[in-house]
Formats: sequence, C-alpha cells, structure tokens
Amino acid sequence: MPTPTLRRATFRLAVPPVSGVLRPRGIAVCLVLLGAGFLLFCLGMTIGDYRLSLGEVAAALVSRGDYYDQVVVYDWRMPRALVGLLVGVAFGMSGALFQTITRNPLASPDVIGISAGATVAVVGGIVLGIGAGLGTQTLGLVGGLGSALLIYLLAWRRGTTGYRIVLVGIGISWMCTSATSYLLARAQLHDAQAAAGWLVGNLNDVTWSHAVPLLGPTAVLVPTALVLAGWLRTLSLGDDVAIGLGTPVQLARLVLLLLGVGLITFGTAAAGPVAFVALAAPQIARRLVGQPTPPLLASALTGAVVVLGSDLVARTLVPETQLPVGVVTGVLGAPFLLWLLTRANRVGSGG
Amino acid sequence: MVETSAATPARPRRTPALRRRLLLVVSLGVLLVLCVLSLAIGTRDVPPAEILAALFGDGAPDVEALVWGARLPRTLVALLVGVSLGLAGAVMQALTRNPLGDPGLLGISGGAAFGIVIAVIATGVSSFYGYLGAALVGALVASAVVYALGSAGRGGATPVKLALAGVAVTAMLSSLTSGLTLVHPEALNRYRFWAAGSLAGQDAGVFWRVLPFVLVGVVLALASAGALNSIALGDEVAVALGRRIGLVRAQGVVTITLLTGAAVAVVGPIVFLGMVVPHLARAISGPDQRWLMPFAMVLAPVLLLAADLVGRVIARPGETEVGIVVAFVGAPFFVALVRRRRLAEL
Repeated sequence: MPTPTLRRATFRLAVPPVSGVLRPRGIAVCLVLLGAGFLLFCLGMTIGDYRLSLGEVAAALVSRGDYYDQVVVYDWRMPRALVGLLVGVAFGMSGALFQTITRNPLASPDVIGISAGATVAVVGGIVLGIGAGLGTQTLGLVGGLGSALLIYLLAWRRGTTGYRIVLVGIGISWMCTSATSYLLARAQLHDAQAAAGWLVGNLNDVTWSHAVPLLGPTAVLVPTALVLAGWLRTLSLGDDVAIGLGTPVQLARLVLLLLGVGLITFGTAAAGPVAFVALAAPQIARRLVGQPTPPLLASALTGAVVVLGSDLVARTLVPETQLPVGVVTGVLGAPFLLWLLTRANRVGSGG
Repeated sequence: MVETSAATPARPRRTPALRRRLLLVVSLGVLLVLCVLSLAIGTRDVPPAEILAALFGDGAPDVEALVWGARLPRTLVALLVGVSLGLAGAVMQALTRNPLGDPGLLGISGGAAFGIVIAVIATGVSSFYGYLGAALVGALVASAVVYALGSAGRGGATPVKLALAGVAVTAMLSSLTSGLTLVHPEALNRYRFWAAGSLAGQDAGVFWRVLPFVLVGVVLALASAGALNSIALGDEVAVALGRRIGLVRAQGVVTITLLTGAAVAVVGPIVFLGMVVPHLARAISGPDQRWLMPFAMVLAPVLLLAADLVGRVIARPGETEVGIVVAFVGAPFFVALVRRRRLAEL
C-alpha cells in the first residue's frame, strides 16, 4: 500500500488567490464519517415508545409526512440526537486541538483538568446548593473556563510551553477530582445520586433547553477552529519551527486553547463529561486518515459517530435500563482504537 | 563518598552529586520523623517516648495494643504502598517517555477493579484476601493484554502505542465495571468499599502478603535503571548502546504490574502519587534513573504518610480518606515546583 503522503494533489487558483493540498483519503474518510453520522442521527430518532421507520423520520425531517410524526421527531427526539451529535463534534475537535498543541496523544482535555473543573463546579452546585438557579450548564461553563484560566496562568512564566501546561493541568485535574469525591462522600444520598447520574455523561432526559445553548457556541467555535487549522499545523512541528515559519506562537496557542476549552466546556455542560471521546476520537481519526497529527474535521466527525453510535447501542441493547452513554463510549470506542493500533501496517504509523 | 569524586578532580559535576546525596539523606530523615508521627498521632495522641517503649515491648498494655494492632500496620502499609507507587510511576514514565505516564496506565487499576467486580458477581467473595487475589489477577491479565496489543504490529511496543493501548483497555474495563455495577447493586456495594481507597483498618497480615510482590518489583526496577537511561535517548540509540529493547520493556511491564497491582489491591486506586512523585524526584535529582528511582522511593511514602496524617487530624474524630488528601497536599506543591524549576523534560 503506497504511503498516503504520495497520494495527494495540490491545487492553485489565480482568482481567488488560494492554493492548498487535497488529500483524497482524508476527503473520502470525512465523507464516509459524515454519512455514518447522519445515518446514526436518524436511526437514533426512530427508537422510542412510538416506533417510527427510517423513512418516516426522513420525511418528518423535511417537513413532510404525518403531523404527529413531525411532533415526535422535532419536539421529543431531535434534542437528544442533536446534543449527541454536537457533543461528539465538540469533544472530538477539542481533543484534537489539545493533543496537537501539547504534542501529546494523552493530553486530552479530560486528562489535563478542564472537564474535572467543570465537574467539580456542577457537583458542588448540586451538593452545596450554590447557584441552584444557574443550572448545571452555567456552572459547568464557569468551572471549565475557571480551571482552564487557572492552568494557563499557573503555567505562564515568560510564555507557556505545551509541557508546562500538561504538568500544571495534571495537578489541577487531581485537585478537582479529589474535591469532587470529597463532595460526593459528604453529600446527602439523593444529591449524590443526582450528581453521579450527571458524572458519567448522560443523554437521557435531554430537551431543547439543553440543545439550544449548545447550538450557538458550536456554530461559532467549530468554523473558527477550522479556519485557524493552519496555525495548528505549524504548532505541531514544535515551537522553534513554528516561530521560524512566522507563526505567532504564544498568540496562536492561546487562541487555539481557548477554542478547545470553549468546545469542551459547552459540551460538558450539556451532557456531562462523556468519557473517552475527546481522547480517542482524534487518535482514531488520525489513523483513519493516515496523517501524523489529528485532523480537525475528521476528529470532530469521529467524535459525533462514537457518541451517537454509543447512545444507539445503549438504548437498543438494554432498553429496560436507562444506560448512560458514557458507560458505552469506552466499550465501543476502545476496541476500535485497539484494532487500529494493532493494524499498524506501516512502520511508525502506530505511534 | 566524597573522596571518590575528590580523587577525580576532572569530573565537573562534583557539587551537584554531593547535593543529591545530602538531599536524599534529608528526605530519609523526614520519612523517619513522619513514621514516628504516624505512630503517635490519631484519635488518641501518644507521646513518642511511650511509642518507643511500646515498640521495644515494655510500654503500657493499652499503648502496646494500639501501636502493634493499628498504627504500626497502617504505617508499614503506607510505606509499602508509597514505595510501590512512586517507583512504578518512575518506571512507567521512563518506559512510555511520557510525562503523563501513570502507574495505572497499563490497565492495572482498571483490571484490578474489574477483577473484583467479576469475582463478587461470579463467586460472591467477601473476604479481604479474596479481593486481593481477584485484584491482582485482574491487574496481571489486563497488563498482559495491554502489552500484547501495544506490541502487535510491525513497530513493536513503541511508547505511544503502549500508552494508547493502556488508555483504551482502561477505558473499556472501567466502562464494563460501571455497567456491571449498575446492573448488580450487590457488586456495587462491595466494590465501593474497595474503590474508596483507604489506609484505615489494615492489619499486619496484609503487609506480609503484599511484601514479596513489592520486593521483587523493587529489585527489578532498580536493576533496569541503567537500561531505562539508555531508552531515554531514543530507541535507535539504545539499540546502538547494546540494549535489547523488547527485553527492557517486558521487564518494565512486569515491574509496574507487580508494584502497582499490589499497591492498588491494598488501598484502591490512588494513582496521583505515582504520576506526580517521579516529577518531583526528577526536579531534584535530574533525569538519571539511578538517582531518580531512590528519590521516588523516599518521596512517595513521605507524601503518602503526610497526607494520611493530615487526613487523620483535620476532621477529628473522623478521618478523611488518604486518596483525597494526597491530591490536595501534593498538587499545589507540584504546581509550584513545575513553575519554579527549569524542568528536565522526558
């Protein structure tokens, strides 16, 4: 099998003055993922007490078909599918941003303290009754942004380095995690249960009030990240090379980190810290596309497929218990990542 | 010790070597003081003189019962767990060449937890030694699977593949564990007892049963220090220096499994220690594994005992679990160190 670097085409347009590299394999992977994501999105809306076929869902989506079908699809089922999709996109992209900036495949936002910060804020809110009026979304957002800011400030010493951000992140992450377990241990039983349900990452009982606050931020953050992907590519070569190529390293890192933090906190606020997606999706996407660094768009789409697929599996395998989606992402995502790892058919492609 | 370096005046790094030795001695002193404090402080404070009398067999009967029955086993177990986790973390970070390397990364914590849940569901074990056995078997199987998966394919067990395989297996096992505990309330109930992770209520039998695993692990770890130094230079250089990389990695995996499996089986998943202590040790000793490992072996129990003492004191007469305190005591210190020093990167 020829190496993917050979299988690419460059293009250069005179008007508008744009040039670039087209990777057929990357484009094909993205198209397949897009199709799979849309299929899972529709399949997720067929399940429920009131059975719908795939065709009926599709008809309702384009505002045709039975009126009741449209009510079921739009008012009841779409929030869940939409939140699953957006959370997957946000987590996958955020993971790709963090892993590329820190140049470490383990440095996903749930390892270096952002999700932990959001978690401790939400659990604290539930257990201590602080800001009960704010709701989990605002609390999660405040916690995630707060811990990210803290990590960045503590890692700042005449500029930051990816290495220092990672190490400070571990420290903050563990403080937040142990604060969470302290709060859970001291909480009233029914508060602890409410918090524990959120902690695994949950798409049950999602309504439009969860979906709407997620829709706006992702619509802004995702395109911005895609536009700034060039910075990401040079940063992945290391600070020295990036400076040599004319990238404003500190500014680029700050902006990209902010994008990653925004994506992960809005996602976490809507559905809880769904385990493993931010870590695994970029690594899966990287191996599917055959590129040395996690590709942004493919990572986002992989994240969406993993979350939507896990939710579908959770609801069809054990329909009687409301299994949280976070329990399934690991069981579903891990074997796939392992298979890709062992398949490594080209020296160095495994890592 | 000083004469050897004085005899070769050409060696430029004489002062740092002396400083390292002094620091190691100081850390050992701190550890000793903490051990005595750990015997003395608790719901009932005992003066150190009475502790010493009780240790040598001529103290008051109630003090003897307290020291031999509760405080001494607890302190010994803390020492053992600290040494294991600190050393396992150092080996893990050297092996995966990743600052996020964590002794639980090979799937050990996940495997131990899964082993316990399966044992509870399948056989209904409830004794502590049943848990210990199940946790160790789970840890061994999981790390064997991680190593096999991480070394499959043409590149062999590269650090990144090993780390990713570990994360993936851990995620899968912990998902399965939480799935099973959701379905089996009985398993959840027993599993929670273990997962809380506490040094309280350990008896001397635990210490003696775990000791052999830790001893073998310590010997294996210290023996691999030189080889891990070569690996830090990159695989190609290590091969050129005559190291058999596959062998070194396999030895490392066995070491980590023995050390972490034993520690995790006893106190539950306290992994922060294993991730942070090697960084502390590296900041003091530099990247040389032959110095880093002894420092990790001393600093980890220092941190664990200090955290345990704080946990005993702050919420009297109750206790705060050591796993919670360790992060709160260790993390600010760790962040300060990361900021202050010019860190030796891996």
